[in-house]
Amino acid sequence: MKRFFPMLVFVGALLWVTSSWLPQKTPSSEVNLTGFGKIPVLVGGRVKPLDTVARNSLLILQGRQRVSTPEISEPFVSSPTEWLLDVCFRPEKADTYPTFAIDNTELLSLLGKNDDDLSINYTSTPKKILAVFGFLPSRHRRFAFRDLAPYLRTIDEQGDQSDKLQSVQRSAYQNAVVNLRNALVLYQRLKNSVQPEGTENFVAELDAFDNALPEAAKAARQREAGGTFDQAKLNRVVELLQRYQRIAEAAYVLAVPSAKPSEWHSIGENLVESVAAGKIDPIVKLYAQIGDAYRANNRSLFSQQVDLLAGALAKEQPTAAKRTSFEFFFNQVDPFTHSMVLYVLAFLLACGSWLGWNRPLNRAAFYLLFLALAVHTFGLVSRMYLQERPPVTNLYSSAIFIGWGAVIVSLILERIFRDGIGAACAGAIGFITLIIAHHLAGSGDTLEMLQAVLDTNIWLATHVVAITTGYSAMFLAGMLATIYIVRGVFTRSLKKETADSLTRMTYGVVCFATLFSFVGTVLGGIWADQSWGRFWGWDPKENGAVLIVLWCAIILHARWGGFIRQRGLMIMAIFGNVITSFSWFGVNMLGVGLHSYGFMEKAFPWLVGFIISQLALMGVAAMPLERWRSFRTFPSAPRGKDKLNFVPPGLPVETTSE
Amino acid sequence: MLRKLIDLLTSLKLTIACLAAAIVLIFAGTIAQVHLGIYEAQQRYFQSLFVWWPPEGRGFRIPIFPGGHLIGAILLINLVAAHAKRFRLVWRKLGIHLTHAGLIIMLAGGLFTDLFAVESHMRLSGGDTKNYSESPRLMELAVIDTSDPELDQVTAIPETVLRQSRTIEHPSLPFRINIRNFFQNSRLHMLGEAGSTARPIANQGPGAQIAVEAAPRVTGMDDRDVMSVAIEIVPIEFVSGRAAPPLGTWLVSDALGAPQTFSCAGRTWQIALRPARYYKPYSVTLQKFTHERYPGTEIPKDFSSRVTLVDPERSVNRDVLIYMNHPLRYRGETFYQAGFEKDDRTTILQVVRNPTFIAPYIACIVVAAGLLVQFGYHLIGFSRRRRTALA
Repeated sequence: MKRFFPMLVFVGALLWVTSSWLPQKTPSSEVNLTGFGKIPVLVGGRVKPLDTVARNSLLILQGRQRVSTPEISEPFVSSPTEWLLDVCFRPEKADTYPTFAIDNTELLSLLGKNDDDLSINYTSTPKKILAVFGFLPSRHRRFAFRDLAPYLRTIDEQGDQSDKLQSVQRSAYQNAVVNLRNALVLYQRLKNSVQPEGTENFVAELDAFDNALPEAAKAARQREAGGTFDQAKLNRVVELLQRYQRIAEAAYVLAVPSAKPSEWHSIGENLVESVAAGKIDPIVKLYAQIGDAYRANNRSLFSQQVDLLAGALAKEQPTAAKRTSFEFFFNQVDPFTHSMVLYVLAFLLACGSWLGWNRPLNRAAFYLLFLALAVHTFGLVSRMYLQERPPVTNLYSSAIFIGWGAVIVSLILERIFRDGIGAACAGAIGFITLIIAHHLAGSGDTLEMLQAVLDTNIWLATHVVAITTGYSAMFLAGMLATIYIVRGVFTRSLKKETADSLTRMTYGVVCFATLFSFVGTVLGGIWADQSWGRFWGWDPKENGAVLIVLWCAIILHARWGGFIRQRGLMIMAIFGNVITSFSWFGVNMLGVGLHSYGFMEKAFPWLVGFIISQLALMGVAAMPLERWRSFRTFPSAPRGKDKLNFVPPGLPVETTSE
Repeated sequence: MLRKLIDLLTSLKLTIACLAAAIVLIFAGTIAQVHLGIYEAQQRYFQSLFVWWPPEGRGFRIPIFPGGHLIGAILLINLVAAHAKRFRLVWRKLGIHLTHAGLIIMLAGGLFTDLFAVESHMRLSGGDTKNYSESPRLMELAVIDTSDPELDQVTAIPETVLRQSRTIEHPSLPFRINIRNFFQNSRLHMLGEAGSTARPIANQGPGAQIAVEAAPRVTGMDDRDVMSVAIEIVPIEFVSGRAAPPLGTWLVSDALGAPQTFSCAGRTWQIALRPARYYKPYSVTLQKFTHERYPGTEIPKDFSSRVTLVDPERSVNRDVLIYMNHPLRYRGETFYQAGFEKDDRTTILQVVRNPTFIAPYIACIVVAAGLLVQFGYHLIGFSRRRRTALA
């Protein structure tokens, strides 16, 4: 068992991961959602599959991709793509799905919702009990368009008022109103992206338009020439044109590629332009067929038309089609969620290994981490391929990268020391950073296009990567210190050898952090010198970076000067977490400066909570050593002069005597 | 005594104290930027010897914390002194020496940049040619003698002089300028607008119809104070040098665009309060400004300005494309694509003269090499010992 346990764990995990990689065949009785989800469109400056559009829209509207309500366990739609199909082609159905998240109580009362309306009445007793303890939601927070429809005018007025302020000046209520209004606008735009909302038979309408075009063109020419012309024929086309003009203005999705490879048009625009061409673009007609087939529940026609559309687009835009097909696969595989789960398991196994059954658990943890890292790397590299960019381009990707970097360094430590510490760190940091990334993804497309100033792969690949690697190392040092303190204070498992090796690891990782943070900061200065004309401008993000460098310098000099020993190093490494989190998130919340492309508000309480927890941990570590459970039984007290004072080689010897 | 001083200046404790003070200062300065704006916070916290409380204008003030310049200078002295005292040429310490040498270059370079770098802007609309750039913050009072049809004679009075003096005389001017009112930031209203009972502070030119209201200084990154000054023109008799009766009081303001004209001593003069100008021995003409967005979005993809650079002295006449991350460097000045205005018709170029811009580049390489050598040395030592321990 001891020999086979790690292998068993690994194989089990591998099977679980690969199960989602296999292509999912659509049975002929089901709607071909996969095919529709892969269709490339242009949204937000980037060609992406409709599946991504659906997922990101749901994230913006309601913070998650599942469309469901707490009382009913079955979701309303089987996938985000199906939701998008309903929004476009069966809006009356989509209007009943609870897809607008509202948390602000003032806004809720404005919308006529009070506590009684909001409380959820579960029918089953176990669910009722779970809700009492907070495991199930006890209040409704997602609402359907139908519920909001009577208040559209109010929401619009309130949103207009609040929009006059900058987001940092707004109150929580004002921000909530603006967000809700933007969500409603997005929803309406989606509804009008493919066809005018509520059109029953779009194919017939387009055919009529197509047939009327030549006659109307003739009438228009006659009118210009001053002759007699058929007003009725002209009017019919003008009416339809006005209708298409409206959806051209509203459209969120640009679905029709044009002759220029980077230029796409919305279906509305394309229909307006078809007057000049004298005929309707076949791609528009295919979309109309798809919509009508979906409404009529004609599955085979739907599949057939989706295949035709995919074929036509692949012919016009071969590279884009390949990329979107891969992106669809990437969405299905969902690598970061898989690696998140694997990291937690590995962390638990590694912690377990300190309590007993050391070897097999440790092994198993290492194997799991290896697999998690492989999946994580696949996700990271896929994003680079999709975006054609270095790994870090926004806050979301920085979280992904920080976790990745810290896991690699931890695994190297684990290879060297083989005591489960590196594995536990890898598991914990991998999990936490991916959770953070998951919550950062709520604002929509995480592969968004870059502002002009960021449009340089050299600096993104050097400065940004170096800085985020520095963050990784700082968090890893903090994690190692946390393990030292928690094991030392609360358990008896911190033996002298473990304490010594933890100290070496922490010291080494701080050195690593110093190197990368310094180089990254200075490279950032050089980039700023290249693009803004000053090396250093005291911008908050720059200040945050230099704080890390200074703190590393203090730790190293204090260590070299002999002012701190093991415990001092650990306490300072934990404060490094505070500084790094301030620099990573805190400065973005100040709302000033040139690095204003990563602002966020909701994370503030979390940041404060994290900082308080770290300060508390430092307080715990500052307790007298007699209170540490590990050291009460320690035969040779660690306060002895040189017992634990690890002096690294190559130090200025004279400074240690000061 | 001297020994003790040397010990203090070379001590590692002083280094740590300085680094800790720098952390506190930078943290406080960063938080202060929320209320003060980046520029003001920078002046108070980073480009000063002390941080003062209360900040200004209360009659007394006390230093409550060392400012950026003081901490930087002490750190620099500490670094140089410690290395002068302990320097030994051994391989083992190569990394440490390199790292600290790089830091010395960086700190010294930073100090020089703070003292000598000049930042200004050049705003150009299509076809415009300019041979000067303008300060983003500092203003000047331009007094222009336009009598000669060939050549304007400009006397520029800097903002600091306007703020501090009550009376200004200059050999090139046949009059004295009395500063009646000075507003660092102000709002201008037409008289009678919204029923204001305010009185004008000028009696000549458009200023006679305008009420001026003092405003708090702006803090935003891109906001600017609207400076306004009321000036009284008092002619000086050429022979006697005595003051004649004043011609009147004019209002000059950043918010009043066009120069105002008056005559004195038989010549025609124009006055205007305008951003301080830095003239150059060459000129720049905007050919075309391009602003590209990603399709279907408002996210800027690229800004670029095609300009013609003309320098008769050096016989230069060529077209240059300035765009994001690709500045033009010419005669010690660097032109960056900084922004745009008025529906993409006007480009804003940032013009920087920084004689020590090369210092951080060198410093970065030296420090990075030093850190690599030092930590690599540790790592090799560590793995060697570990291998012997395992064996």
